[in-house]
Amino acid sequence: MNAMRRNVLKGAGGFSALSVAVAAGLLKPTQVLADWNKSAFEATQKEAAMSAIGGGSAEATDKITIKAPDIAENGATVPVEISANLPGLESIAILSEKNTNPLVGVYKMTDTDGYLSTRIKMGATANVRAIAKAGGKTYTAAKEVKVTVGGCGG
Amino acid sequence: MAVPTKIRASMAGGAAEVKILMSHPMENGLRKGADGKLIPANFVRNITVSVGGKTYLDAQWGGGVSKDPYLMFRAKGAKSGDKVVVTYEDNAGEKGSAEATVS
Repeated sequence: MNAMRRNVLKGAGGFSALSVAVAAGLLKPTQVLADWNKSAFEATQKEAAMSAIGGGSAEATDKITIKAPDIAENGATVPVEISANLPGLESIAILSEKNTNPLVGVYKMTDTDGYLSTRIKMGATANVRAIAKAGGKTYTAAKEVKVTVGGCGG
Repeated sequence: MAVPTKIRASMAGGAAEVKILMSHPMENGLRKGADGKLIPANFVRNITVSVGGKTYLDAQWGGGVSKDPYLMFRAKGAKSGDKVVVTYEDNAGEKGSAEATVS
């Protein structure tokens, strides 16, 4: 036991130890690099998506601001800017509440200023919701965007 | 398949402003093609961005991110000359990366 542990420590940086684990079938290749919250992204209700990312009891706050158009003509590309002015910010998640799959993305952030700008698809007029984790707590804010032509197909 | 990825990173007020634009269809698997059949899901679902060897952003995406994904954030403590590395993986497990330098 001890000898094996020594070999692992001595012979290998993390990478080759990891390769061995992959070769041995202990880890699937997709699990090595990427962590993807399947149940959250495949949820079809915003409540289920929120609880799947640990934001089910997020507290409403004015420390998160969402900048998005009041009316989006094209739901396929809706610009969204989120600023989370929260100390110890760990992550920001974006939801479009009425999409077939409401969760759009989860962004773990370290040493940023809490600002994120991106473009999302919206299937219908709905709240764009941000959920931020900071200092072990979850916070949320939302802004309604009216969508003229939905951009999710289906 | 490599995803064409443009990265622009420049210093602004003590932080590196990092802008990323990827060229990707981001099909969510819910859209129908001209033949009436569903277009299979094909989207980037993991993306990480490091600046100067430090990971600032580690994101998971669903099919709700727009086609040709755009992302902008600011990395505090980064400096001019730091290398920006973007790595990504799609829903089929295809991986790739792109690099740039903070100007």
